[in-house]
Amino acid sequence: MVLPVGCKVFGLFLSMAETDLDIDYVARLARLALSDEEKQTYARQLNQIIGHMDKLNAVDTEGVEPTAHAFPLVNVLDADEPREPLPIADVLRNAPESRDNQIVVPKVVEDA
Amino acid sequence: MSDLTFKTATELSTLLASGALSSVDIANACLDRAEATEPSVAAFNSLDKAHVLAQANASDKRRKDGKALGPLDGVPVALKDVIAEKNQPLTASSKMLANFVSPYDAHVTGLLKGQGAVLTGRCNLDEFAMGSSTENSGFAPSKNPWDTACVPGGSSGGSAACVAAGQVPISLGSDTGGSIRQPAAFCGVVGVKPTYGLVSRYGLIAFASSLDQIGPFARTVEDSALLLDAIMGHDNRDSTSLKVEPPKCLEAVKTSAGKKFRVGVPKEYFIDGLDPEIMTAVRGAIDWYAAQGCEIVEVSLPTTELAVPVYYILAPAEASSNLSRYDGIRYGHRAKEFKDAIDLYFQSRAEGFGPEVKRRIILGTYALSSGYYDAFYLKAQKVRTLIRKDFENAFAQCDFLLTPTTPSPAFKFGEKTEDPLSMYLNDIFTINVNLAGLPGLSLPCGLSSSGLPLGMQLIGPAFGEGTLLAAAHQYEQAHDWVKLHPSL
Repeated sequence: MVLPVGCKVFGLFLSMAETDLDIDYVARLARLALSDEEKQTYARQLNQIIGHMDKLNAVDTEGVEPTAHAFPLVNVLDADEPREPLPIADVLRNAPESRDNQIVVPKVVEDA
Repeated sequence: MSDLTFKTATELSTLLASGALSSVDIANACLDRAEATEPSVAAFNSLDKAHVLAQANASDKRRKDGKALGPLDGVPVALKDVIAEKNQPLTASSKMLANFVSPYDAHVTGLLKGQGAVLTGRCNLDEFAMGSSTENSGFAPSKNPWDTACVPGGSSGGSAACVAAGQVPISLGSDTGGSIRQPAAFCGVVGVKPTYGLVSRYGLIAFASSLDQIGPFARTVEDSALLLDAIMGHDNRDSTSLKVEPPKCLEAVKTSAGKKFRVGVPKEYFIDGLDPEIMTAVRGAIDWYAAQGCEIVEVSLPTTELAVPVYYILAPAEASSNLSRYDGIRYGHRAKEFKDAIDLYFQSRAEGFGPEVKRRIILGTYALSSGYYDAFYLKAQKVRTLIRKDFENAFAQCDFLLTPTTPSPAFKFGEKTEDPLSMYLNDIFTINVNLAGLPGLSLPCGLSSSGLPLGMQLIGPAFGEGTLLAAAHQYEQAHDWVKLHPSL
């Protein structure tokens, strides 16, 4: 296949060393169940992608402030006034399971 | 196809005002066109005919009573299926939200309703706006109206395709790394990603909050300005919404005649691997501006090649945090089988999310995890500062930058699905603009030898929408690309 502009870049990370991505650990942090096949595929693809990120290590950022947002953010404060909330029926319409105006969840506390 | 199929929003608005046409006439023309072309284009996740006609009827009644709400009253507008519309499905093209019905309106939806627009359909996208082709849709991909073997681009592929196919005159999408501009280029329409903070994100399903911005698709620059004017403005429900007077977009278009600009050409955007036909088309546009008396300035943006690694750290990091809300508890998909409450999260997320969303959640979680935060996330944020400064330096020398929108025209289905990285590299010319929070506009500038649209991108300084639209309108008026439509 013909690769677009990135092809020069692309050549780089094929030769990258394996990273220390622990797919089980990361999937657990993300609360995501993965099949063995998914783990293999993602580990391989993410090693490639993370290898590509190594380009950033070559950039001198000594003394550079990080940018979290393109424009400076200030705290936005609202007057503490009650407002009409969404109707309960509208909200519960999207709940997987509900009863008595409440969302039903699995038991989270063990019996004594 | 009817006489109304490829009429612009501006033309429809004039016909409505003169009484030559009713909103119901227009709505019916759109619904007929959609019925005829949806089997091949598949732009919409849902299109509620009764809802469309009810809005059109209400618009006609207002007009009859002398209470028309402005130029958009009675004009159809399609919304990307990440922009909330009360009592309509809101799916993000994800199985996670397949049955979700929005309990409220996004800020932009409320603005459009307040101006009488007829909200016409929910447009398909790559799941949670992650992708460049709509192939990541949890339902089915949309097709490019110019060649249905090709992708429409993404993530706002449905929003671009429905406008290109003449199903609606204008639509809204969202752009986190090019998700408006890239599909606009692929489908031969105009797409604008506004300055970050000019359009409220309230009611937009969050992907990467520091980059996401809602913007218009249209078949003309004037229509995109009309829609942009309708959706900008401060909203206290979005803490990143800027308290500034928005640019006057339509006015900028109408007063564009004879204006001269300093056009910046960044050399890093014209490199080996760029499709030769796109290169020629964009070079042609540069020559055209020069012939109008514009000064052409070569500029340099040395950080251009760092955009992909920075973006694919920051955007997945923000996404992994934003998407943690989908846990199967309060709304969204809940797994039927699970061991305990915590396992419910694991199984619901495993079943509800598609492969690309999972890939990005894992990548983002990794980048934010203890021990890697400084090396990846903080480093990327620092390089983001350098990217912003590159643009600041460039805009000291020019009024806007002129570049290709994409490295290639629309690609075929399946061409990049096995290799996520080659898909990511398709965004190479658009993502820096999001990282710097700047406005960007994609505009048709030719057709390839195989009949696919070619797009060019105008990038402006913050709040430079007026300049971009004025310059784009000049070019559009002097060329015939706007008169070409796909033969569907």
